This record gives sequence, C-alpha cells and structure tokens, in this order.
Amino acid sequence: MSLAGRIFKAGPLPDAAGTRRRDTWLTLAACALGGGLLWLAENQAGGYVVHMLTLSGLFVVLAVSYNLINGFTGQFSLEPNAFVACGAYVTALLTISPLEKEASFILEPLIWPLSVIHLPLLPALLIAGLCTALMAFVMGFPVFRVRGDYLAIVTLGFGEVVRVVANNAQSVTNGPLGLKGIAHLTNLWWAWGLAGATLFVVVRLVHSSYGRALKAIREDETAAEAMGINAFWHKMLAFTLSAFFEGMAGGLLAHLITTISPSLFTFFMTFNLLIIIVVGGLGSTTGAVLGAILFTFGGEWLRVVEEPATLFGLDIPGIPGMRMVVFSLILVGVMLFARQGILGRNEFSWRWLLARLGMGRGRA
Amino acid sequence: MLEVRGLTVRYGGITALRQVGLEVKKGEIVTLIGSNGAGKSSLLAAVMGQVRPAAGGVSYLGKEVAGRKPHRLARQGLVLVPEGRRIFANLTVRENLLLGGYAHAHDKQAPQDLEQVYGLFPRLAERRSQTAGTLSGGEQQMLALGRGLMSRPRLLMLDEPSLGLAPLLVAEVFHIIRRIHDQGVTVLLIEQNAAAALHIAQRGYVLENGRVALSGSGPELMADGRVQRAYLGME
Repeated sequence: MSLAGRIFKAGPLPDAAGTRRRDTWLTLAACALGGGLLWLAENQAGGYVVHMLTLSGLFVVLAVSYNLINGFTGQFSLEPNAFVACGAYVTALLTISPLEKEASFILEPLIWPLSVIHLPLLPALLIAGLCTALMAFVMGFPVFRVRGDYLAIVTLGFGEVVRVVANNAQSVTNGPLGLKGIAHLTNLWWAWGLAGATLFVVVRLVHSSYGRALKAIREDETAAEAMGINAFWHKMLAFTLSAFFEGMAGGLLAHLITTISPSLFTFFMTFNLLIIIVVGGLGSTTGAVLGAILFTFGGEWLRVVEEPATLFGLDIPGIPGMRMVVFSLILVGVMLFARQGILGRNEFSWRWLLARLGMGRGRA
Repeated sequence: MLEVRGLTVRYGGITALRQVGLEVKKGEIVTLIGSNGAGKSSLLAAVMGQVRPAAGGVSYLGKEVAGRKPHRLARQGLVLVPEGRRIFANLTVRENLLLGGYAHAHDKQAPQDLEQVYGLFPRLAERRSQTAGTLSGGEQQMLALGRGLMSRPRLLMLDEPSLGLAPLLVAEVFHIIRRIHDQGVTVLLIEQNAAAALHIAQRGYVLENGRVALSGSGPELMADGRVQRAYLGME
C-alpha cells in the first residue's frame, strides 16, 4: 500500500515499521513547513517579531533541556542560570575581537590566551557547550549525593556561586561591567536550528532504554537500582546533556542581546524556566516547547493590560506592572485547574493528530 | 549460593538483626518467616547493600558482597522483588517489564524474555500498554514478579509477595512461585503467611526479634509446636 493509502484509508493497522516511516516523513514535512514559516517571518515580519521569535527559540532549547533533568529524571534542580551564564561568557570571550576586548577590559586586562583568541560563532558555541557540560559533570559528583529538597538547595547554591564568580573574576569576566560589543549574530536560523537539534536529541534519548531508565529513577530510585540501573550515572548523563544545550543557548543569547553582565543570570532566569516547564507539564517535551513559546509571547501580549483603556465608559489609566499581576493570576489559575500543567506527561504524536483529524486509524 | 554469617544490623541505638546466619543453596526454595518487626526487611536491605551491617557478612556466589552497590548485584542475578511491589505506576506494563530487563536490554535474547513473561502472565500481555498504576493489586504483584524475572535472576528474593492479596490470589502467586522455581531459579521467600510459605519451601528459618529462633526443613517446621502456635494459628 502506498504511503498516502496508509494515512488516508482506514484499514488494518499498519505495521510498526510502516508507521515509523510515515512518522518520519510527517516530521520532515513539518520541519520543512516550519523552515518556510521562519523564512517568511524573516522577510515579511518586522524586526520586533523576528526578535521575539528568535528569543522563543532559545527558550525552547532551555526549557526542553531543563525538563530532561527536572521532568523526566525527576531531579528537582535549580541551576540553569549558572549553565546559561557559563555558555554566554565562554562564547562571548571567544568571539569578541581582541581589539574590542582591550577596549572594554578597563579595570584589569583580560588574561592571556583569551585576550588574543578570535573564533567564528559555531566553534565558539561548541566549545561553550562542552565547557558547560564539563562544569555540570564536575558539579554532579557532589550534587547527586543528595536527593529531593536538598538537591534543590545545593544546585541553587551552585547557581549563585557561578554568578558571584562572574562578578568578581575581573580579569576573565570583566566583573560587574560585563562584556560589551558582542556581535549580533544570532538570528532565527541559529535559534531554531539549535532548538531542532535539542528536540531531536532529547526525544531520541527519552524514547531509548536510557530514557526509560531515567523515568524509572523519577518514579522510584531504589526500585530502579534493584533493576540494575546505575542511578548516579544516569542522572549525570541527563545533567551533562542538559548543560551542554543550555550552554549553547546561553552563547546564542549573548549574541542576541549583545551585552552580558552577571546581573542577567540571577536566580530569576531559573525561576522563569521552572514556570515554563511546570506550566507546560513536567516530563513532557511538547509541554516544554509550548510553555516556552507561550511564556515569551505571553509577556508581550499582556502589555495590553498596562495601557490606558476605556471600560464601560470608565477611563482607566495605564498601570505599570499590572501585567505581572495578571500573569500571577494566570499562574495560580493553571496550578488550581491543571495541576499537571497544560499537557501533563502527554506528548504530541502524529498518531494523535491524525486521529484528531479523522484520518487513518488512530492506533498503531 | 547465598550465605549470611553473623549478620548484625543497627539503626542508631536499635539493633534490628543480631548474629543472624542463614544459607540458600542452588536450586532450593528457602523461606524466612517472622512477624512484623522481626527483622526480615533489614536482612534483605543488608543483602542488597542498602544498609551497611555493623558486623558479619554476606556472600553471594562465593564472593563477599557487603557494601556492594545494589545495581551491581542486580546485574549478577541477585534480584529482589520488593515489599509493596514498588512498580513504576506511571509507566506502562511493557515499560515496567523492559526496565526489569534493563541490564540485558541489548542482547539478542531480550525479546524472548518478554515473550516468556507474557506467557507466564497472560493478564500482563493483555494489559501491556496500560499504565501500571491502573492494574489491580493482584495484577500489580504479577507485574512485580514478571519484572523480577526479566532481570534473569539466579537467586530471586521475594519480600512478602502475598501482602494485601485475596486468598485466591495468594494461592495463584504461590503457584507461580513454584513454576518459577521449576524453571531453575533459586528462591528466597520472605513471608508472614507461614502456612503457604512452608508448604512450598524445602527449608525455612523463623526470625524473631532479630534472631533466628528456629530452622529446619519445611515439613519439620510445620510440625513444630511453637511454629504451629505462633504462626499457623493452631493450638
């Protein structure tokens, strides 16, 4: 039977290999469509929309990789701001031209090898990802000796340590002055390209036997170990992998906003990511993507409530900060009425979509 | 196969096990009976390396294992089906079983293991894509047993497999334990249901207040006056 026949005609269930092939084609088609839309946005939409789309791509990367350790492995950790900071600083230090560096490091000169290195974006990003992963790897040894609330506190501490180091290591990070003159290199393609790569790796990992082991650790760590699963190394795998992607996203973030300083990487960044994955649904990659996009654009849409308006003949002056109030109310609402987040632990699948559209047999 | 010598386990000031010794030989079904708080679970925790014994030792397949990591023991065929089942409630039946076979997930025999377990528990085959938390208590116990079998046990340790099950299901569980044993798996059965356990076991130990109070063959213990009064409800 042809591919179209499989999709459009209800019949005997297609075999597993056929379904996989169908899903691969549909995914490729969706990627092409997404690429087309990005191209359209780049050429037709205004700079502001493009900026927001780019930012949402980066948040997708951050949320999906943060969800790997917090949602799938169930290790409640609070350090992504440290990983993003590490990635941002490493990338920026590698790509800023030596001249620019000399000009901005006014209090103390930048230490030697960094002061002369000048790399293109791609190698700089990869190095940043690897450095961040290495940091996570080293951090993992003390961190994963504890579980639960203690893990949250220890990782929170690490996040602060990195920020304080960035503030004080004057000859590497330029301290509170931060790094300026980072080229605006991040565009839609970089952001969504990285998002695509992250999604590919994370989805493949979650569906492998490693992914099953990660979920087993989330459900019951002792039982998982009795099954021959080395809980420690599995946590390390999830942690380092998420750090790798978070570091790269940090690098792209630096090249999107062009100046970075330690104050950018406070706990609030982690907190926002936590909101994204909890609202999207802890342990759902689809939820993380949805949460990231809603969060980036939601904040902008809510600006409406801060503008002066006339309601039922009543003139209401614009109240600055009002959108945070509304935002909090929405959060409370989500937690009251959809405690599992928007998607719970459900994932998007072609099977589901086709069943929804009334095409093919929903199962397989 | 498994030898426990002079094992003492303390939690803070409380001594849970005092100089306990027991042995399980290849091919046996051995049962360990005792009431609540007798130290049954402490013994298992010490064997699985979850607590460090204050004194004494445990050897498995002739090698000292005290202090070894649980996941390494599991890979050597020392498999525990824990008390209260502890299945992964949010994962499907199939995922639970595959996790049981995690250590062997990449060899050729793995799909056959799954088919064998489905053969032994047809109910699990019917419910393979259901989440495990939606199974009935009896089915969950079957799943826990099946998951244990997926680990290819050489010594299968069962912690209170009849806990909370209806009498008819208890009989079924014991029937299955016997079938597993017939397939060449050595079994250490920890039970409160002394009558059923002694019925299928070749040898047994009675644990009381952290000590081995009695030991002997299954029929011997069944005939013992103290066991009859304390555990079998006979006068």
